[in-house]
Amino acid sequence: MPSPAYLLKRVDFIFKDEKDWKEILKNSINRPAHELINELISSELKGRGGAGFPTGLKWKLTAEVDDSIKYVICNADEGEPGTFKDREILSKVPLKVLTSMAVCGHVIGSKEGYIYLRGEYFFLQPELNKSIREFKDYCNEINFDFTIRIFMGSGAYICGEETALFESMEGKRGEPRNKPPFPSTYGYMGKPTVINNVETLAHCYTIFEYGSKRFYDLGVQYSRGSKLFSVSGDTPKPGIYELELGMSLVDFVDEFGDGDTKAVQVGGASGFLVPRKGFRETTIGFQGKLTGISLPTGGSMMLFNSSRSMYNVLDNYLEFFREESCGQCTPCRVGCQQLLNGIKAVKRGEKNALYLNKLMRLTETMQYTAKCGLGQSVANSFSAIVENFREEMIY
Amino acid sequence: MAKNIKITINEVAVEIESGTSILDAARQTGVIIPTLCYHKDLCVAGNCRVCVVEIVGQKRLSAACATPCEDGMDILTNSFKVRNSRKHIIELLLSEHNADCTRCYKNGNCELQKLASDYKIMTQDFIRLSRSKNYTIDHYSPSIIKDDSKCIRCQRCVRTCEEIQGVNALTVAYKGDRMKISTFFEKPMNDVICTNCGQCINHCPTGALVEKNYIEEVWDAIADKSAHVIVQTAPAVRIGLGEELGFKAGTRVTGKMVAALKRLGFDAVMDTDFSADLTIMEEGTELMMRLKRALVDRDPEVKLPMATSCSPGWIKYIEHMYPNQLGYLSTCKSPQQMFGALAKTYYAKAKKLDPDKIVSVSIMPCTAKKFESNRPEMHDSGFRDVDYVLTTRELAIMIKQAGIDFMRLEDMPFDSLMGESTGAGVIFGATGGVMEAALRTVYELVTGRSVPFENLNITPVRGMDGVKEASIKIESPIEEWEFLDGVELKCAVAHGLLNAKKVMDSIISGESHYHFVEFMACPGGCLGGGGQPIPTNPEIRRKRAEAIYAEDEGMPLRKSHQNPEILKIYNDFLLKPMGERSHQLLHTKYSPRERF
Repeated sequence: MPSPAYLLKRVDFIFKDEKDWKEILKNSINRPAHELINELISSELKGRGGAGFPTGLKWKLTAEVDDSIKYVICNADEGEPGTFKDREILSKVPLKVLTSMAVCGHVIGSKEGYIYLRGEYFFLQPELNKSIREFKDYCNEINFDFTIRIFMGSGAYICGEETALFESMEGKRGEPRNKPPFPSTYGYMGKPTVINNVETLAHCYTIFEYGSKRFYDLGVQYSRGSKLFSVSGDTPKPGIYELELGMSLVDFVDEFGDGDTKAVQVGGASGFLVPRKGFRETTIGFQGKLTGISLPTGGSMMLFNSSRSMYNVLDNYLEFFREESCGQCTPCRVGCQQLLNGIKAVKRGEKNALYLNKLMRLTETMQYTAKCGLGQSVANSFSAIVENFREEMIY
Repeated sequence: MAKNIKITINEVAVEIESGTSILDAARQTGVIIPTLCYHKDLCVAGNCRVCVVEIVGQKRLSAACATPCEDGMDILTNSFKVRNSRKHIIELLLSEHNADCTRCYKNGNCELQKLASDYKIMTQDFIRLSRSKNYTIDHYSPSIIKDDSKCIRCQRCVRTCEEIQGVNALTVAYKGDRMKISTFFEKPMNDVICTNCGQCINHCPTGALVEKNYIEEVWDAIADKSAHVIVQTAPAVRIGLGEELGFKAGTRVTGKMVAALKRLGFDAVMDTDFSADLTIMEEGTELMMRLKRALVDRDPEVKLPMATSCSPGWIKYIEHMYPNQLGYLSTCKSPQQMFGALAKTYYAKAKKLDPDKIVSVSIMPCTAKKFESNRPEMHDSGFRDVDYVLTTRELAIMIKQAGIDFMRLEDMPFDSLMGESTGAGVIFGATGGVMEAALRTVYELVTGRSVPFENLNITPVRGMDGVKEASIKIESPIEEWEFLDGVELKCAVAHGLLNAKKVMDSIISGESHYHFVEFMACPGGCLGGGGQPIPTNPEIRRKRAEAIYAEDEGMPLRKSHQNPEILKIYNDFLLKPMGERSHQLLHTKYSPRERF
């Protein structure tokens, strides 16, 4: 699908007031589960944490599992560098998230929900607890049995990975599990679990409020709806913006850049770095069969201008990954150390520039063999930076 | 019944049971996929990633150990992508590993070394990370040495300590590049709840966890002309040692072992089986006395069930975990320590030797025995009762160092005085063995008849179930034990400390009412001990158990109380079981320990 000259469209769904939440909750839980699932499926909403798994399908798979205990978990362990949208959602429209969790509980047959709140977001807890109490009071009023609790994370990046998050909630070390089994059959406490990103749940609310069509009409094929973007870096207007998916990166840079944008990091440190020459052919959305280069993002958009050393950027990312790897699997634990030490050695002239090629092949191995998304995704920015800014790596 | 599915492995179509992992499916079809973090005893971790395979159509590779086969899967285990990735992973592991192989205790029996050799990793392009990390070696424990610089973070030890033993002395600390295997607050292994069972050593693929070896000290003692060096060998050594020296698992090498020990230069080669028989006499008597105190005297002080005390790993475990329940334990020392105490008293006297000049060595399937011999209580002879404890593995090393062609050795018998044993002493090496040996004797002492089991084989206490129960009804006992008439003697056997915990908890909660319980720290009992040949896995344990029971069946005497040397020692020296001398030399006490 040709998409040049696609203009940025601002949308205002997420932060639109939540005053009707009681009505939406009441209406939704009176609808049969399959109808709500179909609503979500036809909206083509995909997970907003970055991985883009179809939300309706996730609910459906979990609903189909026969178990008397199931869980709904809201992943608020927003740890990706450059992302800060979930914090805003939880402080501005928490009831939307709570409502969607409860509706999910109704759909899959769960009575318990948890918000896994990032350790650094402890300051959100008092207000959020107030909303949870208000929500619970209403649930009691309408005789709807669903309880939501907050589980505080402790600040490990890896715990945003869904299975590491379960381990952490179970009181264990936050280490990703082997998949399969997937959360829909074996999640928190080994029970069927739906785990959704904060923003995904906020979008569900929009869909329950207006129907799937309003949502589906936004965006492009494979990437329907709108999305929050956390814009940061070398931009005159950093902040959170709700934009339609499918926008071209060149339009994005026109709008947010400072006129000297050298590269954009789409999707945080674990996402993709797009150099200037790639702006035109890149769109923001989920990879589909027809679109060209389409990059998914959890919402982080970092702009770099020509004053930035891409070596320093990469060094910074790798230092982050080296520390935030859980350390269990070899490719990620040792790979990250080798990549960081490797680029330092090349920069210092201790290793020949050709060593970068060896490191590139190493990132390929990491991508193929790492146990979870963390180790697999280090390759993304590494190869883009080393390929496009090779001279900055060496000199 | 699981249904069968069709898959292709390296272009060969095979049919396998659904739910089988790719690793198992490959092994069933004769394709070997290398592994490191995988161990048959443990849950699947999937963290070393050495076993990655390609599933055609998927971009990413999958860990064969952790991925179940699905119908129609087309699996490649040696494709270009797999080979390159696997080599990379081995290179990465080596870059983080202190690969100073020639100075490593595990040189020659290291899974990482084998992989490096198989894949001919001749160059090391990656930066050596091991040098920049300040690793320390923890050698405070008398049993275990932990060297983090050799650790590959496969977490086999952590899983062993948690899943098999329920001890959790070893855990993972920190994350990312600093992630390591550590203890509570990084205290030395000696200061935490570690029971020294050595299962972590047995499950470690590299040299990160090894036994503290006393090989040189023993060589020195042998070389010392003024020293009289005696050695005892535990029951489980004779059925494990062969594995280290070219025999198949389950080969009995008792006679060859004795011959080898004599060639090594030990002045006397005697048998822990002798003191195992002695343990039965003491422990059996103690049990009957406890039963009398409980059933006749109604003494509220007496604790039942009586728990065995042969396994030093179990002893340290109960001291840490149940410090208020030490009254359950039999006061009997383990066979090793009984032997040690007698070596420098009874043996010294009989052979007219100065006990000060006796060096007492024991060969054990166990690393906790090293700790046990080091306990301050174990000096009842007036000297350190057992000077050096070697594991089965260390003995094999000495035999190799001495250039002994083990396979061609002629069988030799143990030396006399403390070398005679019965089948009852032999089966101490298997889980349930102490129980079976005790029942054979106790039943006969009480009733005057043999245990009512065919061929003396008390099968309910045999086998590899984690917890086994049995009961024997005592009918028409002899006069002295009349109060036991009609009593159903209830027994239980637990091996592996996690199972021990289950039984202890059920005893304390009042859920179970046993009279006698056998506890062994290691899975399978001593035959699966932490000092036994590596690898040890369920199949090997089963073979070793078969060998032990075969050894028992082949013995002319199979009841401890029939051992002529036992009769002699009671006649000449100890006078009677639980007598004054026994109390002084063969019994001990236990002390509560803290839980870190």
